[in-house]
This record gives sequence, structure tokens and C-alpha cells, in this order.
Amino acid sequence: MSVPSEHLFILAVVLFAIGAAGFFLRRNVIVVLMCVELMLNAANLSFLAASRMHSLAAGATKPSLEGPTFAIFVIVVAAIEAAVGLALVIALYRTRQTVSLDAVTDLKD
Amino acid sequence: MFEQAPLILAGSSEYDWLWLIPALPLGAAALAGVLHFLTLRSRGAWKEKPASHGHDAHGHADPAHGAHGQAAHGAAHGAAHEATHGAHGHAHGDHEVHADHGHTKVPAGIGALAPVLAALSMYAAFALALKGFFALKELGEGARVLRSTAWAWIDTGTFGIDIAMHLDPLSSVMTLVVTGIGALIFTYAAGYMKGDPGYAKFFAYLALFAFSMLMLVLSSSLIGLFVGWEGVGLCSYLLIGFWYQKNGPAEAGQKAFVMNRIGDASFLLGTFLLAQMFGSLDMAAINAGVPGSIAAHAPELFLAGLFLFGGACGKSAQIPLFTWLPDAMAGPTPVSALIHAATMVTAGVYLVVRMNPLFAASPTLLAIIGIVAALTAFIAATTALVQRDIKKVLAYSTVSQLGFMFLGLATGAWAAAVFHLVTHAFFKALLFLGAGSVIHGMHEEQDMHKMGGLKRYMPITFATFIAGAAALSGLPLLSGFFSKDEILAHTFAQRSPLFYALWAVGLLTAMLTAFYTWRMVALTFFGKERFDAAKVHPHESPALMTLPLVVLAILSVVGGALGLPIVFGAPHLLAEWLEPVTRSGTAILRASHGEHHLSHTTEWILLGVGALIAIVFAVRGFRAYVGGTARDLEREAKSPRLAAFLGDAWTIDTKYTSFVVGPVKLLAFVIAVVIDAFAIDGLVNGIAALTRGIGGRVRKMADGSIATYGLWMGAVTALMAFLFLWKR
Amino acid sequence: MAINVMTLSVLVFLPLLGALLIAATPKKAVGMQRGIALLTTLAVAWIGIALCLRFDGSSAAMQFTEVAPWFTLPGGIDVHYRLGMDGISVLLVGLTAILGPIVVLSTWGHIHVRVKEFMVWLLAMQTGMLGVFLSLDLILFYVFWETSLIPLYFILGIWGGERRLYATIKFFLYTFAGSVVMLIAAIWLIWTAETTDVVRLLDIAGRMPVETQTWLFAAFALAFAIKVPLMPFHTWLPDAHTEAPTSGSVILAGVLLKMGTYGLLRYGIQMFPGAALEAAPWMMALGVLGIVYGAFLAMAQTDVKRLIACSSVSHLGYVVLGLFALTEAGLRGSLLQMVNHGLSTGLLFLLIGMIYERRHTRALDQYGGIAGVMPIFALFLVFAVLSSVGLPGLNGFVGEYLILLGTWEASPWLAAIAVTGVVFGAIYLLMATRKMLFGPLVHSENKSLSDLNGREVALMLPIVVLCVWIGVQPNVFLDRTDASLRDVTSRIEHARSARTASIEATPVHRLEIEAR
Repeated sequence: MSVPSEHLFILAVVLFAIGAAGFFLRRNVIVVLMCVELMLNAANLSFLAASRMHSLAAGATKPSLEGPTFAIFVIVVAAIEAAVGLALVIALYRTRQTVSLDAVTDLKD
Repeated sequence: MFEQAPLILAGSSEYDWLWLIPALPLGAAALAGVLHFLTLRSRGAWKEKPASHGHDAHGHADPAHGAHGQAAHGAAHGAAHEATHGAHGHAHGDHEVHADHGHTKVPAGIGALAPVLAALSMYAAFALALKGFFALKELGEGARVLRSTAWAWIDTGTFGIDIAMHLDPLSSVMTLVVTGIGALIFTYAAGYMKGDPGYAKFFAYLALFAFSMLMLVLSSSLIGLFVGWEGVGLCSYLLIGFWYQKNGPAEAGQKAFVMNRIGDASFLLGTFLLAQMFGSLDMAAINAGVPGSIAAHAPELFLAGLFLFGGACGKSAQIPLFTWLPDAMAGPTPVSALIHAATMVTAGVYLVVRMNPLFAASPTLLAIIGIVAALTAFIAATTALVQRDIKKVLAYSTVSQLGFMFLGLATGAWAAAVFHLVTHAFFKALLFLGAGSVIHGMHEEQDMHKMGGLKRYMPITFATFIAGAAALSGLPLLSGFFSKDEILAHTFAQRSPLFYALWAVGLLTAMLTAFYTWRMVALTFFGKERFDAAKVHPHESPALMTLPLVVLAILSVVGGALGLPIVFGAPHLLAEWLEPVTRSGTAILRASHGEHHLSHTTEWILLGVGALIAIVFAVRGFRAYVGGTARDLEREAKSPRLAAFLGDAWTIDTKYTSFVVGPVKLLAFVIAVVIDAFAIDGLVNGIAALTRGIGGRVRKMADGSIATYGLWMGAVTALMAFLFLWKR
Repeated sequence: MAINVMTLSVLVFLPLLGALLIAATPKKAVGMQRGIALLTTLAVAWIGIALCLRFDGSSAAMQFTEVAPWFTLPGGIDVHYRLGMDGISVLLVGLTAILGPIVVLSTWGHIHVRVKEFMVWLLAMQTGMLGVFLSLDLILFYVFWETSLIPLYFILGIWGGERRLYATIKFFLYTFAGSVVMLIAAIWLIWTAETTDVVRLLDIAGRMPVETQTWLFAAFALAFAIKVPLMPFHTWLPDAHTEAPTSGSVILAGVLLKMGTYGLLRYGIQMFPGAALEAAPWMMALGVLGIVYGAFLAMAQTDVKRLIACSSVSHLGYVVLGLFALTEAGLRGSLLQMVNHGLSTGLLFLLIGMIYERRHTRALDQYGGIAGVMPIFALFLVFAVLSSVGLPGLNGFVGEYLILLGTWEASPWLAAIAVTGVVFGAIYLLMATRKMLFGPLVHSENKSLSDLNGREVALMLPIVVLCVWIGVQPNVFLDRTDASLRDVTSRIEHARSARTASIEATPVHRLEIEAR
């Protein structure tokens, strides 16, 4: 049986929620970055799910191309963001010898 | 009447010489002031100090360094000052502290010109006043007004107030009194103040006073009068506090000014009301308009008169604003003679006589004036009874006699009040100057208990003082007798219960007057000497001081000729002269009250009673004290509370201090500390603190943790997305 | 001196030019800085006096006007650079111009650090003040209004006393808050009337319905009330005056406070006569409250500078009272009293500054008996006190009397309360005089005080001369304000009749106009 699109959306939402929770609550920078990846992938999933929904509704004639295209954009952005983020982590570790976010509160009043 | 008077308009210069009368003393005052500063300069008392910039505030941008530097600098600078300035400054300082006057005599130098200039200006003004008097006499009876407008002073938008001079019979009498007695007192003061470091300054102030007083009596508008009114108040302040190095005179001067100001506030309110009613502040215009407004505007006229009377109370020391006058005795005696006996304090009487239609229009107001006047006269007389300081006796006596003048005004006897004003000026000035001579001769001793038997040391002073005392106590045929008796006769003639009571009080006061006057004479000039003749050398005063005494004595004796009663068969010269001025008020009173006539018999009886009282109580007063101070000491021992009560003017002044001055100071403190600092400023600072508090709270949002930032960003983004979707 | 089209601009910007010149001088060249400042202000005084003399008092129109286009607001509203003088501003411009060189001369005695910056700020402030009185464009007015604020912030903050930071920030934020409220109302007004020209706005705003006028008036009046200062917005003034350097105090008391009263007259009463009519009882009551409250405040002070600052509150209460009596006499009196207060209180501050330069204390009990040591100082101090207290013959009396007379026409009771201010003024000023000048010389530091030098006497002489002149011939000054004030009263009359017409059923009932 094909998986109903709603299930894909639910999965995407759950994944996003987990990622967001992790983003707000975890102290380790690398884990936060991983959660950001998770959120981005959840967004990807919801794009693809939507695209699938549109294609199924329109029949086999017109597959929707916007979804996958945008998902590719997101993957690229995620990759760049991961690279930059990890570079920041390395710079942070070099100066502070820690990857805990609790140590990075220089903007505090 | 006003309408028929030949109004000399600004264009005509025929009577412009009238302006010299006040201008001469003003010029003398300015010159005397310059002389004073020249004298100071020649004494080297102050010099332009080099480099006062040493003391500057270098501290502000750099407090630590600056304070240190400044302290060192200041010390060095101060030392340098002491060195160069030391001898002069020290000596000067000593002078200023110790020289009550006369202890250390200081040569006047160029300042000796000042009294000459001042006295000359007064004699010249007197001559001009005489010329004015004769000029008025030449004009017919119905047209005795000379006017001269100098310039338009204030334009209020609806009407104008001019600086203008108005010479009519009343103002000519006042001018003669001011310039004549002033000239005599200036002469006396030239001798009295000799040796005082502020010799020239004194005459600057005196001449300025003369100018202000002349402006007061010669002005045509109420505000012009007010210029002189405040001017004499200012000079009084300056002269009472002349020996400012002591606290007493300085405080007395301040008290005089403030109490006068209370009266002035009342005066101003009166002018507002009158300006509103008559659209002008010209006194002649107002007086002309009063008769027509009585029917419609009686309450407003009453109020305006009441306000003006309030001002008069302040200036003429009536209850409740009289307690400054005894304190004013801290000033030099010529000041007491001129300002606080002859001229400034009579300004209130002058005001009422000048505005007599206004006052005549409200019988209630006249009754109030009568009650206040009689009370004042009585209370002051009882106080004078127990005073030991000779000047205080005279001060309270002045208050009492002023009460008599106002009593006369209350009965509509305008001319009688002016008559008493004139005679009082003669004998009270004489008595003050005589007292000054005594004080001068006794080396600043003013306590009568320490005098006695002075008649053999100061014969001229003694003789003239007797003349003055006789006039004050109302001994028959002297000037005081006629003027006082006329007032009492008018009071009696009102034939109303109130005025009979006032007449009784007046009679009582006359008894007391005779008593305390001859008590003063006895204690001072007769009996045993209660001073150490080895230490104190009483001596007669120089001619400069005794000559004016003689002139005033003659005037005190023969001055009665100005106002002989009808029953003597002679005309009342003063009343006839003043008739054009008092006509309107008298007519108004006649219309409301009817004629008041005393039969000739009643008049003779009253004259006899007056003479009898004066003689009897004069003798009793003399006899009681010619032996010494025993009676005073007895009273203080047996009834100390009564003595204290009477001596303190029935504790009125003490009550002022506790019930007025105290609460005012408390209110000022409450306002400054509680309301202003705590409440209002507290509110302002509270708002600032609140802002700081809120800012502090909000600042917690930026705690540096990325998670918090992320949370906020996410939450707001979600909210925006939600709103965006919802709007669609 | 020929007055041409550019004269007002020259007058307004000459101080700024002087400031720029001074900014270019080397830091140590104190003499040159002082010289340039003095020359500039003397030139400004010269031009200012010439303008006052040439001013024609018989016309209510704006004179010496200059217009130049500036920028355009969205909505097509053109903002112009517009200057002009009328009877309301002529005396104040003269006052500002004359006080300039006096203040500069006074700084020679107490400003010795960072002289260059001080002169720059002083001159910049004079530009701002002159601009406020002369600008005829609402935006331009606001710009100049704020411009005069900032130099004082620096003057107070850098050269002030110990609590200067508190005083400066309090003064700045308080005044600024009021200005912002005024800006909101100004923007609304400009938007609705579609013009920034003040002369046209006077007519347009006057015809607006009373409710609109009222809130606009309230907003404008708030800014001015804080500046005047009117009770209860006065608490910034004593602090500002106490901590300010002498020249700052003089210019603050002399001119800045008048900006507030000027604003109340032009942008309050003249622009919104209907609202002014409604608000008059309240404003008069606040004025009387200020008179009495300020007097009692002054009585409680032991710091002589703070005492005079509180007396300012009292004196300006008179001015506000006279303004909102809305009568001829009241308006004339308050306009004259604005000048008088600037002169007498300025003189008092100058004298206190001179004695402070010598003794470095403002506590009254540190003095006593110095009249013997400093007779010239004593003479000037007594003169200043008499002028302040309203002795007839000097300037204070004329203004005070006209104000009280005008108030009596409007409300006898308020006038009766206000007249007690005459007594209170005598009390605290004479008390302060006595504590300083009279009595025995107890403190040894006072024995070696040096009397006033030539510079100090010279800078006070113009004020003294003016005080006497205004006191003796006030009509010379009042005549110049005549036509403009009649314009104000006629606007009030229109508003009054409009109000009566709207209240009464029949418009025939013109009782109040007849009584005028």
C-alpha cells in the first residue's frame, strides 16, 4: 500500500518538533547543529510530501517539480550552513576549549 | 473744584519750576552718594585687588587636583590680602563693628560736603514751596490747582498713568511741612552724625527720602503717590538699618519694610478696584467721580476705601501693622524725627485726606477707621507709660498721636487731622531731636532710669524739650492743645453712641498722654542724677543741633494760630485754606449725616475739660516721677505681669512672631522638604527610577545565551506567520 | 546701519559663525577665543538693538521677513526657511542680543578650563535662542528649539557644580519629553492644515473647533509649561540653576525660560485662542500657585543660588498669570515682565557668581556683614533686589502692576492672592540680603574679600541702565508691542464671541463684548 501523504506531513512535523526542542534545549553546539539539520530535513520532507500530494491529485500526467527542486535548494543551503557552523565550532573550541553554549554569553548585559 | 481748575497742560512751562522741589533733593542725594564712594576710596577701605582670578574654580573638570591647588592658592592669597589690606581692613572692620556712632569719630573728609548739599537743597525746596504757596494764593479760591505733566509713564492699554504734579492747598501744606521740617532736621543731623563713617551716605539716604516724600505729596495719580510711598519705605529701610553692622538695626529695617509691604499689597488692591470703577488712577478724576457713584456702587467704594486704609495702616503704624515703628528706633535719631514722626508716617493721613470723597462715601468705613484709630491711640499710650527708653516713649507716643489723626479723619474732620499732623510734626520732631541731643550728650545712653537732673547741663535742650512736651500733652494755648481739642470736639459732635465711646477713649488717651509726657520730662531732666557724673559728662549740643530745636520750639508754641477754634472769634486758617480740597467729602457727609454742630457753650466746656485734663495729668505725671524711678520699680515688683504686658505693647508683636512668623517658616519648610523634595521631585525621580527598573527587567531578555535568542526569534516568527495566514 | 533683507539671518547665524571661528583657534589661545566671542556678541547686540529701534510698533504684521524654500514633506507640504519679527518677539530678541556680550564678559571670571568649547557652545546657544524667537515656520521653530537645548546640556554637564550630571540629565530629559509631545501636536497640525507657515497657521488653527484646539493647545502648552517652568513642572529649575556655572545660569534665567513664555503667548494663546479661553482659569490658577509656592520654596532655602532659582519660579508665575488673564494690561505686563525678569534675575545671578568666584560657597550663613568690605557689590546687590522686588521707579514694578491690574479684570480673587506675592518676595529677598550684607562680620574669610573690579561693574551697567529706563519710561518699550498684542486680544475677542454664540441660543447676547 502507498503511504498516505498526511502521514508524511505528520512525520515531518514530529521531526521538526524534535529538532526545535533540541535546538532550544541542548547545550552542546554540535548537537544544536545536528538539530538544525534535522529541522531542515523535516522541512525537506514536508516539501516532498506536498509535491507528492499535488502529483497524485493531478494524476500521472503532471508530476509536480517545484517540491523536489526546492528540496534540492534546501539541501544545498543545509550543507553550506553545516560547513559554516562547524567552522564556527572549531573556532570556538580553539579559543574557549569548550563546545558548551553556556560558555558563550558574551552578549549578556 | 477740579473741573474749574486752570489745568496747566504739558505744553505750558509756566509752572515747570515746581519740578525743582523734588528734583533738588534728588540731585543732592546723587551727589552725596558719589561723595560717599569718594570718601571710601580716599580711606582706602576697599581697593581693586589684583588677581582675583587666583580664586577661580579650576576644580570642576578635575576635582582632586583642583581642590588641592585651590586650597593652597586660597591660603596664600588670603595671607597676601591680609598683608596688604591688613591695616586698613582691620581698622575699617573695627570701625564698622564698634562704631555705633560717635564712639570712634572718623573724619569726614570730602564727605563733609554732603550735608551742606543736602541741607541747601532742602532750604531751596522750602523756598520754592513757599513760592508755590503764594502762587496758589494769587489764584482765586475756586481755581487753586497747579498741574504739570512730565511724561506719559505707563500705558495700560485702556488708560494711561502719567508722571504729573498736582499742587493744591493740601499738597502745598504737606510740601511746606516736609521741606521746612526736613531742612531743620538736616541741619541738626549735620551736627548729630558728625564723625560717623557713613556721614555722606546718611545724607544721600535722607535726601532720597525727601525726594520720595515730595513725590508722594505732589503726585497727581495714585500710582505716582505709590512711587513715593514705596520710596519712603525703601529709605526707611535703609536708614533704620543704617548701622547695619549690628543685627538689631538690620532686622528692624527688614521688619519695617515687610510690614509696610503688607499695607502696600492692600493699597494695590484698592488701586485695581478704583481703576476698574473709574477707568483712571488720577486722584482728582476719581474724587470727581465718587459723588455720582455712591448710589450705584456703595459696596465697591467701601471696599476700595478699606483697601486704601489698609495701606495707610501699614505706613502710619495703626493696628495691626504698627509694631515696626518701635523697632525702627534702632536707627539714628534724626531718622526717627524726620521719618517716623513728621513725614513718612503721616503719609497715610495724607492719603485719606486727599481721597476724602471716597472715604466719606462709606459711613461704615469711617466707623471702622474710628475704632481702629481709638484703639491704637489707647494701646500705644498705655505702652508709652511704662517704657524706659526715651525713644521708645516717643515712638509709642507717635503711634498714639497718629491714632488721634485717624480719629479725626473718621469724623470727617479732614482739616482737623491735617492740623494735628502739622502741629504734631512740630512738637514730635522737636521732642525727638531733643531726645537725640540728650542721647548725644549722655554718650549714647537711652535709658531714662540712668538719667535725671540733666536740666542744668543742657539748658537749651531742656527749654525746648519743655516746649515740645507742653505741646504734646495739650497744655492750653499751645499748638497741640488746639489741634487735639478740635479732633475731640468733632468726635463728640457726631452724637452717636459709637463716637461717644470713641470720644471717651480719646479723652482717656489724652490723660495718659499728659501723664507719660511729663513722666518722661521728670525722669530725664529733673530729680537726682542717676548716673555717675565722673564717667559720663553730659553736655549741651553744638549750635548746629540746638538752633533747629529753638525754631521748632517756637513753632510748637505759636503753631496753634493756624487753627484757632471758632469760639475764639478768629478764623480757622488751615480749614479755610484746605476748603477746596475737603469740600467734596464734607458735602457727602453732610448729605448722609446732616450737619453736626456744637453749641458754643458745649465747645467752651469741651475746651475747658481738655485744658483741665492736660494740666491735671501733666502735674500728676511730673510729681510721680520727679523724685525718681521709684514708681516704675514698684510697679515692676508688685505686678510684673502687667508691667510686662503693657511694656510689650500688649504682647501684640510677640503674638505676631508666634502666630504669623512661626507658621510661615514652618509652611516654607513643609513646602520645600515635604511637598517639593519628597512629593513632586519624588514623582519626577520616581518616573526615572521606574524607567530604569523596567529597563533592567527587559534587559534580562538579552542574557547572552543563544537558546534564549533562538526561542524569541522562533516565537515571534511563528506569531508573524500565524498572523499572516490568519489575515488571509 | 542699513537694514536689508538679510539682516535677520545675519543676526541669527552670526553667533554660529563666531562659534565656528573659535572652533578653528588653537586650544590654548584663550585670549583670542574670548576676544572673538566678545566681538561676535557685541556685533549681535548692535544689530539686535538696531532692529529694535527700527521696529515699527504700529503694525501687527511681521517685519524684516525673509523667506527661502527649504524642503518638501510628503504630501506636498513645503517647508520654508522663514524669519520675521513682530511686537511679541521684538523685546525678547533685544534681550537676547544684549545679554550676549554681558554673559561672555562674565565668563572671564569663572571659566578657565576648556574655554574654547565653552564659547562655542555659548554662541551656538545664542543662535538657537534667536532662531526660536524669529522663526516663522513651525518646523524651523522646532529645529531651533532643540538646538538651544543641546549647548546648555554640555555647558551644565561639563562646567557645572558637584551634582551637575543629575541636574543636566534631569533638565534635558524633562524638557525634551515636553518637546516631543509638542512635536506630535505640531506634526498633526501641519498635516491637517497642510502648511508650516506660522502666520497662516495662526489663522487656520484659530478657526478649528474648540475641542481640536484644546488638545493641540495642551500638547504645546506642556512643552512650554515645562520650560517656563510652571508649577508643578518646575523641579528641574532649582537643580539646574544651582549646578550651572554663572554664565549658564544667567543665560538660562535670562533667555531660555522666556522661550517657554514666548511659546505660550504665540503658540498657545495667539494660535489657539478658543482653547486658551477654556484653559485660562486653570493656567491662571497654576500661575498664582507658582507665585505663592515659589515664594515659600525660596524662603526655606539656605543656598543663595537655589533661593534665586525658586524666586524665578515665583516671578514667572506672574508672567503666566498675566498672559492668561487675556486682557490688554495683563498681556502688556507679562511681555514686559519677561524682559524685566531676564534683566533683574540675570543681574542677581551675575552678582552671586561674582561673590562665589571669591568665596566658593553659596551658603547664606557663610556670609554676613560683607557690605562694609564690598560696598560696590552691596550697592549693586541692593539695586538688583529692589528691581526684583518691584520697587516703583524700577522695571519690576511696571510689569508686576500691569499684570496684577490685568488679572483683577479677569479674576479679582486670583489677583488678591497674587498680590501677596509682593509681600513674600520682599520677605525672602530682604532676608537673603540681610544674611549676606548686614550684621556683624563673623567669618574671617569675609574680611579680605576684594570688591568688584572694572570688568564686573562694566558688564552690569547696561542691565542697570535698562532697569532704570524701563522703570521710568516703560511706554518706550510697551509701544513696540502694542499692535501685535491688540491682534492677540482681537483673536481672543473673536473666540469669546464664538463661544458665547455657541452657548447662547440667540447671537444677539453680546454682553461681554460691550463690557470691554
